[in-house]
Amino acid sequence: MTDNISRSYLGAPHGVAAWLLTKDHKRIAMLYLISITIFFALGGIFAAGIRLELLTPKGDLWTPDMYNKLFTLHGVIMIFFFLIPSIPATLGNFLLPIMVGAKDLAFPRINLLSWYIYVAGALTTLAAVFNGGLDTGWTFYTPYSSIASETAVTTAAIGVFITGFSSILTGLNFIVTVHRMRAPGMTWFRLPLFVWAQYATSLVMILGTPVIAITVLLVGAERAFHFGFFDPRLGGDPVLFQHLFWFYSHPAVYIMILPGMGVMSELVAAVSRKQVFGYGFVAFSSLAIAILGFLVWGHHLFVSSQSIYAGLVFSIITMLVAVPSAVKTFNWAATMYKGSIMWTATTFWVLGFMGLFTIGGLTGLFLASMGLDIHLTDTYFVVAHFHYIMVGGAIMAYMGGLHFWWPKMTGKMYNEPGAIASAILVFVGFNLTFFPQFILGYMGMPRRYHAYPEEWQVLNVASTLGASVLFLGYLLPAFYLTWSLVKGKEAPANPWGAKGLEWTVPSPPPTFNFDEDPVVDEPAYNYKPTREVHVG
Amino acid sequence: MSEHVVTPVRTYVFTFLLLVVLTIVTYLVALQDFGVMNTPIALAVAFLKATAVVIYFMGLRYNTPLTKLVAVAGFFWLIILFGITISDYVTRSWIGVPGR
Amino acid sequence: MAHSQAASIGAHSATSHGAGGDEHAQNPNLQHHFYSMAQQLEASTLGMWVFLVTEIMFFGGMFMAYILYRHLYPAAWQLGSHHLNVSLGATNTIVLICSSLTMALAVRSAQVSSRKGQIWFLILTIVFGSAFLVVKYFEYAEKFEHHLVPGPTFNMPTEEYPNGIIAPDQEANHQQLFFSLYFMLTGVHAAHMVVGIVLMLVILAMAIRGRFSASYYTPVEISGLYWHFVDIVWIFLFPLLYLLGAHLGAHGG
Repeated sequence: MTDNISRSYLGAPHGVAAWLLTKDHKRIAMLYLISITIFFALGGIFAAGIRLELLTPKGDLWTPDMYNKLFTLHGVIMIFFFLIPSIPATLGNFLLPIMVGAKDLAFPRINLLSWYIYVAGALTTLAAVFNGGLDTGWTFYTPYSSIASETAVTTAAIGVFITGFSSILTGLNFIVTVHRMRAPGMTWFRLPLFVWAQYATSLVMILGTPVIAITVLLVGAERAFHFGFFDPRLGGDPVLFQHLFWFYSHPAVYIMILPGMGVMSELVAAVSRKQVFGYGFVAFSSLAIAILGFLVWGHHLFVSSQSIYAGLVFSIITMLVAVPSAVKTFNWAATMYKGSIMWTATTFWVLGFMGLFTIGGLTGLFLASMGLDIHLTDTYFVVAHFHYIMVGGAIMAYMGGLHFWWPKMTGKMYNEPGAIASAILVFVGFNLTFFPQFILGYMGMPRRYHAYPEEWQVLNVASTLGASVLFLGYLLPAFYLTWSLVKGKEAPANPWGAKGLEWTVPSPPPTFNFDEDPVVDEPAYNYKPTREVHVG
Repeated sequence: MSEHVVTPVRTYVFTFLLLVVLTIVTYLVALQDFGVMNTPIALAVAFLKATAVVIYFMGLRYNTPLTKLVAVAGFFWLIILFGITISDYVTRSWIGVPGR
Repeated sequence: MAHSQAASIGAHSATSHGAGGDEHAQNPNLQHHFYSMAQQLEASTLGMWVFLVTEIMFFGGMFMAYILYRHLYPAAWQLGSHHLNVSLGATNTIVLICSSLTMALAVRSAQVSSRKGQIWFLILTIVFGSAFLVVKYFEYAEKFEHHLVPGPTFNMPTEEYPNGIIAPDQEANHQQLFFSLYFMLTGVHAAHMVVGIVLMLVILAMAIRGRFSASYYTPVEISGLYWHFVDIVWIFLFPLLYLLGAHLGAHGG
């Protein structure tokens, strides 16, 4: 073990127990990193099953029931066990305390508990996967899920219920840490924008997750005890389920994207070597997204028999919630304008995000318009829209952040050419996979169907081809990142020359982050020119 | 902050008595038929009781403004859930749709 | 520039800040990442309140179902409520209010370093909490006896409304819905009570070992917050579930 590693949080204390009983936020982040990577791979396997079936117009690879289980489990695993924890539980856990100048999160033991809860929820859901599967769609719509489905709905509901508490505890920890543990001089407006984004995400986690918890509990109770909450025969209303489900699940998509936006702010500033343009606007836009995001859930119920009047209001507010996201995107672009661009793999992830998130966001406006949504809902247009945001956006930001902070977290430099290749493969593969789906959806191909008319085969084949390229793009980091742990060059404290408290501590950091308590007296992203410039 | 302030026993006992009295009140009111007003009255009394518990038993009045804001935000968010969801059901007849 | 990378972002070193010098040496209960007991207590209190907000939203989902179905089926709701045992419900309300008093006094005892006070008031709180659950048991048993449990055994007797109209069949289904919500709401609440009692037993064990005093009572305080919250939920459940149909019986016509 090299010197910088043995002196860091990775070095001591040794042993399995020291890791499984750790209170160190950095070790917990690493535990999460391993767990979510496993589930990313599992979710990907289910995706492969879907794309393979869709190579041919007939449903000839899997039985219809099996296909239902594939897309359901792809969604459940990717959303609850990969996307929602991804950036907060790995990058957030690792960086937040350091970025605010603290020695740890406010409640280290609760942090560890949140990981164990995640594992318990994950194992419970895996039990559902192998004991009957789940075929309701990740959206669990009633009354199919609460009465008719013969798959392991109750087990899966319990799994999701348990995992929700992991999210809640993480959010709780972040909120208290940001409020109460900032170092002297670290005022709110000197905080890195990553912290603002994590804070806003935590608000959403706290206010939204409990509602889905009780909702899946109600579904489980209805299955187990014949309660009639969503059973029309007893006067129950399936649309009530949709209201309760989407009250969380719409804000949940902001849980998935906001941390990515926070990462983007950090990365854009670092690769442009420039203060983020409109810091205040970007900071408040995170809060605006979090709050407005709670007021729009009805746009998932446009065709559900929801009141047209309510639909109108939801439609208008949905259009409004695009504004803060646009503000961020413009500000990132303005940051890069006349910046001194550092071309590394990170830069490719950044540019990929900006393009793909923009497309994803703009297509959201199509869906926000109630009239258009009647045509587009439950088609592949919706599938393409959310994949552009969640994969083209959130996962690109996650990969970018993983690479950017990899030297800090592991003390090793990764292979740059490999990383650039990965970013390009992902970008190409992603577009090839999902752009055809916009067209398919617009032409009317429904989602969650395993068969389709012959004339759509070309686009479906293109999509599956793209998925193969995408898979390669994600496979590459598995190799070169692991390789870097063994053979990578030792990383300096600040390999990118970036600003931020995390770059002032060694790579990897010592267990208690700072040898002496930091005091902050500068704004964030205080990049200065390295030489004088004479005009005229 | 609460660590510096020890609430006198008297305050707790008075709060307790207030809660018992309000419980009796809500019970007696419920026995009468005030028509549509029964529910708002019951809710108002419950809200009063809850406020008494929060302020005196839970000591929220001695906590920081942030903690108070958190408590209020929680109840406010509940109103958002209730208000917007019920507005769907209540406004379904407002704009007619062919066939409905 | 002469500054090192560390200094160039302004995060220069300082030895421990905060008013108390090195409080870590003075108070072994101060965790390493906090710089003062005041910060630790305040962060813990804030954290518990954030958790209670999640509990508010958690129960809120069920209350939302209650609100909707009451709006849709007011007659069934009244009749269903009429079949609940108001005396037991009211008793439980008083029992919980007593437990909140003893809980507050337990926290206060810790604040003034009274070990005996802590122990006795915690025991009383546990007793009141357990009494609540015992009453609940009898209430639930009564429901089973009267076939008011949703499912195949549900059988609400068709009965006359006080003004002489027999409730139609469909109302029987809606009454089953009422009882579903009744069991769900009170059941989840009772589960929270169980958790609360377990929590109090743990706190009691620590109090007996003399862990709490004026210099450190954070666990008692935040457990108390949880306990009071569970009381507040019941404060709302009681009128919404039990008192809806109370005036029906009194009226008789």
